[in-house]
Amino acid sequence: MSFPYDEHDLARFRETQQLAYHCAEQVAAWIEPGVTERQATAKLRRCLERAGVQDYFHVPFAWFGDRTAFRHFHTPLQFFAGGRRLEEGMPYVLDCAPVVDGYTADIGYGGKVGENPVWDRLAADLKVYRELILAEVRARKPLNEVYAAVDAQLAVHGYDNRHRVYPGRVIGHRVTRTTARGPAGVTLFGFGVRTLQTLGRELIGERLHGRSPLWADGRSSRHAPTPGLWAVEPHIGFRDVGIKFEELLVVTDDDAFWLDDDLPHVRRWTLQEEAA
Amino acid sequence: MTIRRRTVHSGGLPLAVYEQGDPARPTVLLVHGYPDTHAVWDDVAADLAVDHHVVRYDVRGAGGSGVPAARDGYRLEHLGADLFAVADAVSPDDPVHVVAHDWGSIQSWEAVTEPGAHRRIASYTTVSGPSLDHIGHWIRHRMRRPTPRHLRQLLVQGVHSWYITAFQLPYLAPAVWRLFLARAWPTVLHRMEAVTPRPGHPQPTLGRDAVRGIELYRANFRPVLRSPRERPTEVPVQLITLERDRYVSTFLSEGLERWVPHLTRRTLDAGHWSALLEKGGTVARLVREHVTRVAAGHVQGPPVSGRLAVVTGGGSGIGRATALAFAEQGDRVVVCDLDLAAAERTAELCGLVGPRAHAIRVDVSDGEAVDAFARQVAAEHGVPDVVVNNAGIGHAGTFLQTTEKEWQRVLDVNLWGVIHGCRAFGALMVARGGGGHIVNLASAAAYLPAKSLAAYATSKAGVLMLSDCLRAELAPHGIGVSAICPGIVATNITSTTTFSGTDPDEQAAKRAKATKAYARRGFPPEKVAAEILRAVRTGKPVVPVTFEAKAARLLGRLSPALLRRLARLDIG
Repeated sequence: MSFPYDEHDLARFRETQQLAYHCAEQVAAWIEPGVTERQATAKLRRCLERAGVQDYFHVPFAWFGDRTAFRHFHTPLQFFAGGRRLEEGMPYVLDCAPVVDGYTADIGYGGKVGENPVWDRLAADLKVYRELILAEVRARKPLNEVYAAVDAQLAVHGYDNRHRVYPGRVIGHRVTRTTARGPAGVTLFGFGVRTLQTLGRELIGERLHGRSPLWADGRSSRHAPTPGLWAVEPHIGFRDVGIKFEELLVVTDDDAFWLDDDLPHVRRWTLQEEAA
Repeated sequence: MTIRRRTVHSGGLPLAVYEQGDPARPTVLLVHGYPDTHAVWDDVAADLAVDHHVVRYDVRGAGGSGVPAARDGYRLEHLGADLFAVADAVSPDDPVHVVAHDWGSIQSWEAVTEPGAHRRIASYTTVSGPSLDHIGHWIRHRMRRPTPRHLRQLLVQGVHSWYITAFQLPYLAPAVWRLFLARAWPTVLHRMEAVTPRPGHPQPTLGRDAVRGIELYRANFRPVLRSPRERPTEVPVQLITLERDRYVSTFLSEGLERWVPHLTRRTLDAGHWSALLEKGGTVARLVREHVTRVAAGHVQGPPVSGRLAVVTGGGSGIGRATALAFAEQGDRVVVCDLDLAAAERTAELCGLVGPRAHAIRVDVSDGEAVDAFARQVAAEHGVPDVVVNNAGIGHAGTFLQTTEKEWQRVLDVNLWGVIHGCRAFGALMVARGGGGHIVNLASAAAYLPAKSLAAYATSKAGVLMLSDCLRAELAPHGIGVSAICPGIVATNITSTTTFSGTDPDEQAAKRAKATKAYARRGFPPEKVAAEILRAVRTGKPVVPVTFEAKAARLLGRLSPALLRRLARLDIG
């Protein structure tokens, strides 16, 4: 399978990702102690829809406090935004996946209100994972080995792998331009109906080639990265604090790169390096 | 430094008040206990007066203050009112920082838990004196839920409070004080608390003060404990728990957070009186820290216990998890590891969840290096209270496969490493005389023979027996020894385990296989760390952690022959 997108497609994907991060930043600027997770996702949703989003890959999520590290998660229902109120010093994670004209973005935004030294450390160390994943994918390592390399780095840092809590233990998943015809804006189990159609088709199609659109540590990920777009979401945690980024990784036939470097977390690292 | 004396009237009684230091500075009000006077604070006051306005007073019935006419005059409400009267007189504009000991602490709680007290009291440091109301609820809670632990606490504190019962009896206690106890008091303090006798202590009025002070107990204990009131407080409180207090047990403050949302806990290795009379400087330092913190707007300090824990092999796995667990409960931690970068990372993580930690590169199999490490720790951080000999390596291979070199390496790290650690730190702990705890990491393999783990199991069996012998030797010094037998725990030990008689590729494959199996078992090192902390707290001698470790130990007792048969199985 060869790389299916042209420059125009990539530009549209980049626009959608920028839009999503822009909305997350707007919510982050508004968020304050006392706000509940449901209020945050509602705000995020309003913001995205005002910007022209018609459909979602999955509904927006917000996790506050120890829920950022998925502590005490036993059922998938616990991923949905709840009544947890933000308190001073708490970390939070916003996750949304808007679709515009079939171009999908899936982003994760980590933040905190007030002081939280554990979060600061995690947020700075997250950079290592962004670089590590890119280097490993460029080396065309099988995806399950990249996953294991991330785990090894987590052990060195003394952190927990929190993406293994996601359904399927995934650190990433394929993103395509959805062409499904189902009703836009309708979701089932938190995923857009069109997403489910596309994902289902992909799961079957890729399976025939011995690959998977889901990137985890199991047998089904024992293949080199498939050309296309991957939403990569390393989610790391320490004690009751979790943080993630999620952005699109472009895997071409012979190379790989992050779709966009002008993102909040990358800008934060650049600022920190300049300050140092 | 000059001490200014003045008299404050409260409820018709004159109270003798002693001031020192610059009145423009923050006011620290020191309240003494029974059977003392303001003089018990001499060391603490002299230290604090350098940068504080220090005020002490003799409580009613003691020293130079007036004596109530009847028992009713010793009730808590009057004692609390006295404190406010003195605070208003010496610092009418600014709230004061109260520091109190023993009965002074009990009566200061009365003032601190008065509604609106935070307007007059900026902070409170309490030493060895709980609120009687809180204790009333503490007892009720334990009576309602009589778990073995609760019953033991009630029993232990009941025994420690023998004198309170004795004080309720007529004639007896006053007679004992009058006849000989007042004269023998310096000897009693010296023998029981190692307090050095000195001129001016105890105060010349001791006999009189002690007899009158009995009324404090008689007037308050029964009524308050019988019907305790709900007494929460907004005042930031620093609780200094004395580890060797014969009268106030450490567990009396369990659940105090219910009443005191802004609670900072500190622990001091001292007895009931030696805290003030021998370690006045330390108490003054804690008070100064608390006052400075509150003045800066922080109602609560970081959890710092003052204890020091050393963890060998702290760069990864169980060692790192244990170091973090100690840091999280407020202990200072020194970690050592062969891999300095990994140890430094652990220290950094410890600093995020607790006090600042330190990392040093040490090869535990090198006796001289461990000695030097112990000397360095003692010089820079003090003698540790807990030492965890955790560093170890994995090795698989049958006896005939294992080369002499491999045997030496396994024994050097796993057994000699523990011997060196116990020797170097054990000697320091005995010399200090303050007790402590040594934790040695053995293994389920210590009692679970397996033909393919000959060297490893032998080294760990050595650690288990060493711990048993050492426990007997160190018991008289108050030093506990625990051996931990984890079982299959998901750590990086499998990715460094060596396999006898394999080439590098085979070894890599075996490592990967073992790592996978251990990961599938999925027992996290954090749970082992929790067991280690519990062993330190309870003094449990041998701790099998995982199910398989417990099952193997049980099986070894029920049917050693079956265990011997299982040892023939090919594993790994």
